[in-house]
Amino acid sequence: MSTGQLTPSEYIGHHLSFNQISVGEGGFWVLNVDTLVMSALLGIVVFGLLGWVVRGATSGVPTKRQAFVELLLEFIDNQVKSIFHGNRHTFLAPLALTVFVWVLVMNAMDFLPIDIMATLYGWLGLHEWRSVPTSDINATFALALSVWLLMIFFSIKVKGVGGWIHELFCSPFGSNPLVWPANFAFNLIEYISKPLSHSLRLFGNMYAGEIIFLLLGMWAATGLAGTFFGALLGAGWAIFHILIVCLQAFIFMMLTVVYIAMAHESH
Amino acid sequence: MNINLTLIAQAISFAILIWFITKFVWPYLLNAIETRQKTIADGLAAAERGKQELDLATQRSADVVNDAKQKATSIISQAEKRASEIVEEAKANAKAEGDRIITGAKAEIDQEVNRAKEGLRQQVSTLAIAGAEKILRKEIDAKAHADLLTSIANEL
Repeated sequence: MSTGQLTPSEYIGHHLSFNQISVGEGGFWVLNVDTLVMSALLGIVVFGLLGWVVRGATSGVPTKRQAFVELLLEFIDNQVKSIFHGNRHTFLAPLALTVFVWVLVMNAMDFLPIDIMATLYGWLGLHEWRSVPTSDINATFALALSVWLLMIFFSIKVKGVGGWIHELFCSPFGSNPLVWPANFAFNLIEYISKPLSHSLRLFGNMYAGEIIFLLLGMWAATGLAGTFFGALLGAGWAIFHILIVCLQAFIFMMLTVVYIAMAHESH
Repeated sequence: MNINLTLIAQAISFAILIWFITKFVWPYLLNAIETRQKTIADGLAAAERGKQELDLATQRSADVVNDAKQKATSIISQAEKRASEIVEEAKANAKAEGDRIITGAKAEIDQEVNRAKEGLRQQVSTLAIAGAEKILRKEIDAKAHADLLTSIANEL
């Protein structure tokens, strides 16, 4: 292990530090270049791929490539259809596709062996570079917050500003003025908890996955037995991680759909 | 682990991706899928229709064949009937003709017989007269007994 001379906390710290540039004064005006570049790159690659398939899309006999993409599309379309009963094709279903595919590929970066990738990035001169954008709270929170804003946007678009405010005060307990504070408190908690749980669930899973890979990598550096068991457990964890990666992407998409579908419903 | 500007940058790239998918991927792919679904549905419907038509045509052809068979049978039976009629007719004609010929022949025969009888009668009467002449030459005057002899000849 090239990192053998590091202490464990240095090793983990090294793998968990972002490649950051500061664009202004203070802690907020910082860009995590690795997160942005990786996510943008993955987005361009995977959606470029989709766009390429769609350009050659035919309504006749599809190629295997197109059939695969259509499978994906129909899978997502079915999920959205079972939750949302409006016209899903104008926005919600494409949104779900975007979220699912993008989160999936960002999560899937977790499969790349961290130390090998760190060495590769080192050759490129990137000494601090994290591969998994979704293990950055900024990325997951950005997605969740965007969804949250869309949720409020659709809520207002469907019910009007008056309807939305009415709902803030009059659900879930009723329109009696006495329960307005309780209603409002409930809705406030809901509006705050939604983006938090939405983003932290994904972030927590990915981040924990990465930490476990790091711990196993560290164990692998301790000697022959450590290498053996580290590799074995690493493989096991990676296999288990396939499930987590897909599941978290799916959950993230489903929550997105559910939140926005709920915004369309009047109470 | 701090929230920083990455959040906003990431949100912007998210928005761009949503726009891209909504604008350029989803509608076209959905259109292709729906067009194909429609094509398949049409094809299945056409196949179903074709099958029904085939059934109908099969039934119709069976009907036509049956009809033709019946007609053929009736024609054959009519022809047979006609043939036997013709045979009967021919038989009847032949029989009538035969009868007619026979009758004609009989009449002719009768005539001939009568003529022969007549001839014979005359010859017999002549002979009788001649015989009687020879026998009675001496006693009978031909002229005196001519009337008597003629009546005898007529009676013969």
